[in-house]
Amino acid sequence: MTTLQASEPVDLLEHAEQGASLWRDAWQRLRKNKMAVGGGITLLLFILMALLTPWLAPYSYEAQNLDLGASPPSAAHWLGTDVFGRDVLTQVMYGGRVSLAVGFIATAVALLIGVTWGAVAGYVGGRVDAVMMRIVDILYALPFMIFIVLLMVVFGRNVLLLFLAIGAVEWLTMARIMRSQVQSLRQQEFVEAAISLGLSPAAIIRRHVIPNALGPIIVYTTLTIPSVMLLEAFLSFLGLGIQPPESSWGLLINYGVETMEEYPWLLIFPGLALTTTLFSLNFLGDGLRDALDVRGSKD
Amino acid sequence: MLRFIISRLLQAIPVIFIVITATFFLVRAAPGGPFDAEKVVLPEVKRALEAQYKLDLPLHEQYFAYLSDLAQGELGPSFKYPGRSVNEILFSGLPVTAELGFYALLIALIIGVTAGVFASLKPNTRQDYIPMGLAMIGICMPSFLLGPLLVLVFGIYLEWLPISGWGSIPGDKILPSITLGAAYAAYVARLSRAGMLEILSQDYIRTARAKGLPEWQVVGKHALRGGLIPVVAFLGPAFAGLLAGSFVVETIFQIPGLGRFYVQAAFNRDYTMILGTTVFLSSLIVLFNLISDVAAAWLNPRLRSQLSGGGQ
Repeated sequence: MTTLQASEPVDLLEHAEQGASLWRDAWQRLRKNKMAVGGGITLLLFILMALLTPWLAPYSYEAQNLDLGASPPSAAHWLGTDVFGRDVLTQVMYGGRVSLAVGFIATAVALLIGVTWGAVAGYVGGRVDAVMMRIVDILYALPFMIFIVLLMVVFGRNVLLLFLAIGAVEWLTMARIMRSQVQSLRQQEFVEAAISLGLSPAAIIRRHVIPNALGPIIVYTTLTIPSVMLLEAFLSFLGLGIQPPESSWGLLINYGVETMEEYPWLLIFPGLALTTTLFSLNFLGDGLRDALDVRGSKD
Repeated sequence: MLRFIISRLLQAIPVIFIVITATFFLVRAAPGGPFDAEKVVLPEVKRALEAQYKLDLPLHEQYFAYLSDLAQGELGPSFKYPGRSVNEILFSGLPVTAELGFYALLIALIIGVTAGVFASLKPNTRQDYIPMGLAMIGICMPSFLLGPLLVLVFGIYLEWLPISGWGSIPGDKILPSITLGAAYAAYVARLSRAGMLEILSQDYIRTARAKGLPEWQVVGKHALRGGLIPVVAFLGPAFAGLLAGSFVVETIFQIPGLGRFYVQAAFNRDYTMILGTTVFLSSLIVLFNLISDVAAAWLNPRLRSQLSGGGQ
């Protein structure tokens, strides 16, 4: 009894304090959005599956069973096997590792370049800003889809290059968002106070500007990952992205299409994996946007 | 307005120039010559070929030669198909891709705007959730998955529609157009819903309703015009996406259009073809971005008066 009474006021205080924070509010709102929560959970499951694939996969990546050939889903092979008798579930799991890795790493590249670029342009302002944003404008107008195809043709189909090329395309919007955030934050009193205290611009950007601009960036990041994954799948489907022996969902779909008349499960399961992941990311991103009350973060 | 168009045109020129230059040097930097595929080529034959394609000149001279050819609208001969010029190949594919893109855009606009406006009239009801849920599926379902699935269901299982070709069997244009247009229908639906929701909460809409205009007139006459500005602004980027989408759709349905030629050229390492197609498609994309910007500005009354008024 006594311990309960003693702890109660502390709990209340904690709640009151956290209730005031933006993140707490956003979390409450997000939790009520069933689609977003469902998306988040599904996504976590997929990420977990990708991380644990070497231990979870029912068969080894190279395992073939030519006698079995293509077989429909069964107890031994839940999602069936392909023409070489390889387990489709194993293929989809290993392919998912690559697809998700491309999505997250390329987005991280975009995030890093975009945030830095936008923060510097917005913070320094003046002529530097004008030149930096002019570069973004020009790059925006370039038809990147075609350029990426061209890059993959010219420099061979290299995974590292794929990350860089996709990341290089997606940073532009990030830079614009960051710049407008920084510009409005720069007028705020706490930033002026930090300036008058003699903090270096880098420290101000790191400690005051970036944390405050985090909302829109998180939302846009969540929505960039699916578009990056789609781009990777698009290139792999055309045979210009991930190359065998590596695999990805886009590549598996490509193989699945060739034999879909006889063995439709080879198309359906990788397709389902990709679509479900994209779905989850989009719902989570939309939910985050509503929860953090970010407007016009897309486009 | 004219000044706005001219200034946007002036912005487009450096972009196209950068595309040409970057593409040219990228393609020239590619490892392996275009004639490596031919098994044994006599040295003199190779030299003659290189001379024919100006590959024996120093790089900067090749570049200026290419620029001057371009200025005359000449994209050069194809490496892969001797005797055919890139111009010929491009213009044989252009009408096909243009038609495919047109149908896809038509589907996207009709379905997308209808669904979006419909959803915006009763937000957060079933009339909103169902079309928007479908739109989400459209966005998450890539064309290279949707296309084969449509083929599987309507072409192979039900045998209702032909599964490949373009204009040779009646009905063979339906599946490719839907495949290409579906994702854009979804985007258009979301954009028009968001745009309409914003406009429908404006004062002038309340005024229109207050003076007793029937609802269809309020929506059709007053709200649509403003609510669809985001859709018009989206058409430029959508055009670029449609072209890229045509790479996939034309490959799936074996349609002899620009997209399929581009992908084939990429696989064949047909450098002049890649170069020519990139320059051509990029210029088209830049041009369409320009048109959609101008159209969106014209639809927006605030921007328009600012642009045409000049000194006001």
